Parts: sequence; C-alpha cells; structure tokens
Amino acid sequence: MPRIVVDVMPKPEILDPQGKAIVGALPRLGFTSFSSVRQGKRFELTVEGEVTDAILAQAREAAETLLSNPVIEDVVNVEVVEA
Amino acid sequence: MTELPLIGEAIAVAAEPRLAGARIGVVTFPGTLDDRDAARAVRLAGGTAVPLWHADTTLGDVDAVVIPGGFSYGDYLRAGAIARFAPLMSKIIDAANSDAKLPVLGICNGFQILTESHLLPGSMIKNDHLKFMCRDQVLRVENSNTAWTLDYEAGQEITVPLKNQDGQYIADEKVLDALEAEGRVVFRYVGFNPNGSRRDIAGISNAAGNVVGLMPHPEHAVEVGFGPESLDGIGGSDTDGLGFFTSVLNKIVGGNK
Repeated sequence: MPRIVVDVMPKPEILDPQGKAIVGALPRLGFTSFSSVRQGKRFELTVEGEVTDAILAQAREAAETLLSNPVIEDVVNVEVVEA
Repeated sequence: MTELPLIGEAIAVAAEPRLAGARIGVVTFPGTLDDRDAARAVRLAGGTAVPLWHADTTLGDVDAVVIPGGFSYGDYLRAGAIARFAPLMSKIIDAANSDAKLPVLGICNGFQILTESHLLPGSMIKNDHLKFMCRDQVLRVENSNTAWTLDYEAGQEITVPLKNQDGQYIADEKVLDALEAEGRVVFRYVGFNPNGSRRDIAGISNAAGNVVGLMPHPEHAVEVGFGPESLDGIGGSDTDGLGFFTSVLNKIVGGNK
C-alpha cells in the first residue's frame, strides 16, 4: 500500500532545544564530527489504493495545518513512497 | 455549591454575591489536569463555574471561558495542536473573534492551545533547559486593561506557581515588537526566566484584550494556606491569582472600576 511521507523540521531561525541536547551528547560517545543537529518529525500517511493528485493535495494541506505549526516549523518534504 | 476549606479557618476571601450570576465555562479535553482547580478558582472568586467538554458543539450560555492546563490529547503531536481542532474550540474561536468578544483565558496548556488556534500569536516550544520546571514564579502585570487583569495595577508584582515542559514563548522579532508596541505583553517573568521565553514574556493578549494566555498558573494561588506563601514564605502571595477571576467576573456583571 502506498504511503505519503511528510517531513517537518523546525525553522532554521528557531532554536531547537532537542537538537542542541543531542549535539551535546554526541561527543560524549566519541562522535566528534558533527557541529550541529536539528531534530524534525517524519509522518507516514497510508493510502488505501492509488495516490491521486487530490489525495496528495489533502496530504499537503494536512501537513500545513495540523502536522506542522507554521510559526515554528517548515514542511520540508511531501512524497509518495510505494510499500 | 459551598466550598469547604480543607484547613480550619483558612478560607480565601468573602466573594460578592452579585458575581454569582456570571457563568464561566471551564473546558476539559482528554488529558486536561487543572479543570477542577480552575472551576474552584471561579467559585472562590464568587462566580458560577460551568463544565464544558471538548466534544460539545455549543458553548451554552457562558459569559467567559477558561482553557486550563494539562496535556490535552497527551500533547503527542505538539502541545495544544490536536485540541485546537476539537469541536468546542471552533465555537470558542468564533466567539472570541465575534463582536461580543467572549473573554477567554488560556493557562499553560490552554495558552499553547490558544497559540495553535491563532487566537494569540507566536508559539510555545520546549524549555531551553529541556527540563520540566515547577516553582513559585514572580510575574509583573504589564497590562491591567485586559478582561482578565482589570483588578490588578499595572506594574504590580504577583507570585503564582509555574509548572511546564513546553513553556518557552517564541515569535519572530516583528511580532514581538508589535506585541510590545501595542501593550499586548500582559505578564513578564521577574528575577528569573524559567524557560527561555523571548523578552521574558510570560503572557500575552489579543488586540482586543479579551483573549489572554499565560504559562504560570493563577488558579493554583486562590486560597489562603495553599498558595506560594506556604511553600517558601514569600508572603502575601497565597491569593495573588484570584484577581484573574474577580477581574472577569466584575467585567461581566458590570461596574468594574
């Protein structure tokens, strides 16, 4: 069954406290190559049957209204993935 | 309903009987925690508390609404994000924006729901130190002209409990400048910024002043013996939160100062 994947990231200018905590923890485990971490969210919307343009449009609208808060987050990717 | 004090003579204030006709709705979502406290605060201030359920499709005949704290729908997507789309919220949003300008107070999770609803600008993110924080917090009342702050003086400092995980208020510089210029920063943290909020902002209002949101919890400081004073001896702060509720009740029945 096809899925629509939506990726949401905190806006670049927004401090990402979770990302900051992770980048602080990485060197303690010996991973010293990473200067910054941003933590986002991935949503997988499963579709029964074919992904039509209308369904994709619905996914985009859901991504902009419910899945992300446009004040602090950007929808960076909406794509169809076959199972 | 008569409120019996839990400790002997430690009852808060003598509420004015004329306020009892004012009906304040208190919303409960799945995961709301402070609805009982908010309803109790309304009653101790002299008003009538009306329980409202998130799936209700009408507001009934309430004169104002409190959206209390907690973790609506588990806060799983983002704090307040799912609550914003509850059937009752669309009624609240319409009533708050209508000519009648229904007074709405969002406390903590309620504040998060109001920003997600776009009744208030900006957004709430995780505390900058990443920890849940619970403390007695000093606030300065910056604006005493909103529906919920009429009984305070501008510049007055009050102490109420604060407890949150996603309490960092953020907005872009343009929005922050506009809030300051229009006097819509209603409360600021004094002495200590507990969550990294921009410009020490603890609470804001909409342009009309009927919608107010803040992170700290005035409904937990409405009764002698149960407020911040009993924890750390700051003094005189046990009932500092009561003014929110008397403000809106006085406004509803008329004759506010």
